[in-house]
Amino acid sequence: MRKRIIPVLLFDQRHRLVKTVGFGARTYVGDPFNVVRLFNEKEVDEICILDIDASAHGRAPDLGFLRELASECFMPMAYGGGITKLAHCEQLNRAGIEKYVLGHSALDSDLVRALSRDMGSQAVVACVDVAGQGATAQCVTRSGRQQTGHAPLSLCRQLQDEGVGEIILQSVERDGQRTGFDLELIRQVAPHLSIPVVALGGAGEAIHLAQALQAGASAAASGSAFVFIGRLRAVLVSYPTMSQMDALVAAHV
Amino acid sequence: MITVVDYGVGNIGAILNMLDYLGIEAEAQSDPVAIERADKLILPGVGAFDKAMSTLRSQGLIPSLDKAVLGCGIPVLGVCLGMQLLARRSEEGLEAGLGYIAADVRRINLPPDSSLKVPHIGWMEIEPTHKSPLFDPETPVERFYFDHGYHVVCDNAAHVSATIGYGAPLSCAVGRDNVFGVQFHPEKSHRFGMRLLDAFAQMA
Repeated sequence: MRKRIIPVLLFDQRHRLVKTVGFGARTYVGDPFNVVRLFNEKEVDEICILDIDASAHGRAPDLGFLRELASECFMPMAYGGGITKLAHCEQLNRAGIEKYVLGHSALDSDLVRALSRDMGSQAVVACVDVAGQGATAQCVTRSGRQQTGHAPLSLCRQLQDEGVGEIILQSVERDGQRTGFDLELIRQVAPHLSIPVVALGGAGEAIHLAQALQAGASAAASGSAFVFIGRLRAVLVSYPTMSQMDALVAAHV
Repeated sequence: MITVVDYGVGNIGAILNMLDYLGIEAEAQSDPVAIERADKLILPGVGAFDKAMSTLRSQGLIPSLDKAVLGCGIPVLGVCLGMQLLARRSEEGLEAGLGYIAADVRRINLPPDSSLKVPHIGWMEIEPTHKSPLFDPETPVERFYFDHGYHVVCDNAAHVSATIGYGAPLSCAVGRDNVFGVQFHPEKSHRFGMRLLDAFAQMA
């Protein structure tokens, strides 16, 4: 089966698309409606939209905005940011969004169980942020500021057992670097889970996506690779064609 | 007019979005009388089998669906879990299904050494098994988006209208007379899904 390539779009509280580096400095990318429309035209496999200010401001998902965005999305759409209860997901579902990304809330076992029971585990995605590398890698939350004390694989296994249907495995240090994924992290985790792992953090070009898939990820996601081009990070929305990705993946086997 | 059964379990927003984009008249309905009188039904569904069946029951929708689908013979399209509900029962739960198709729902079972994952999430090219109102084996290959951990197993191979290979061949679309189901999400499958929903809308 063909593995998925997923653009991840971050928006701030003013509904502007931005891209971060190391979870910090933000670059303005564009208008979310324009960008989503472009990805829709490119027939992307899936799109993931994260409100990176919702949790920090204690805000619930912005349903009006998301409903409008989803009305132009004829592709699978995952949303994360400010989801803290089942009712949020039911409202998002009505808005046309079928996958729910939990960050800090993924540590709330009762919530994860309730979501997987009522919405189905295929709808529940946990975003696991990892700081550090190799044996010292640690899961963090709250935009990377809070240690959880979990090693990546043990937390992912726990989430899988609680009913999470998919893990977005994100390297905090690689965020926005565009030098490639933390492949060791992917190899540490993906082959040991029965659920799919989506690699995030570090991709700058298509070859990086192929490397993540080769390392065992079921999907490769990126915020930078599909919106920036060149060293100076000019904004250009792009997406590899199926034949480009097939060729890159084949070259890596 | 397509009536989308609104029982709180299902990707109703996305289905209505795509129908609206296609210019197909549609409405969400949770009223048993309106569902009983519908011209054409879409039964959406995501999540757990038992929760969906018990919700349909508690909202008094099962007799209306039976009358519309079995009594009046109007076309019905089950989507994702909605397709599984057309079967008799599911390994996922204890509730009885609608039983419009002679089939059971089983968990996707992969050999222990398989690198494939469950739930199966992603795009696959489907293989139509015969010409049906929704598929034509003569058309160029179409791909659809899947997100499921269970699959429908029909008693009668003639009721399988398309398959995918995921570890083993799985039925991804079923059909008999006026009853149709697709395991994938047409509402999330770009122009391929649009073609399919349009074909369902055109059906007499």
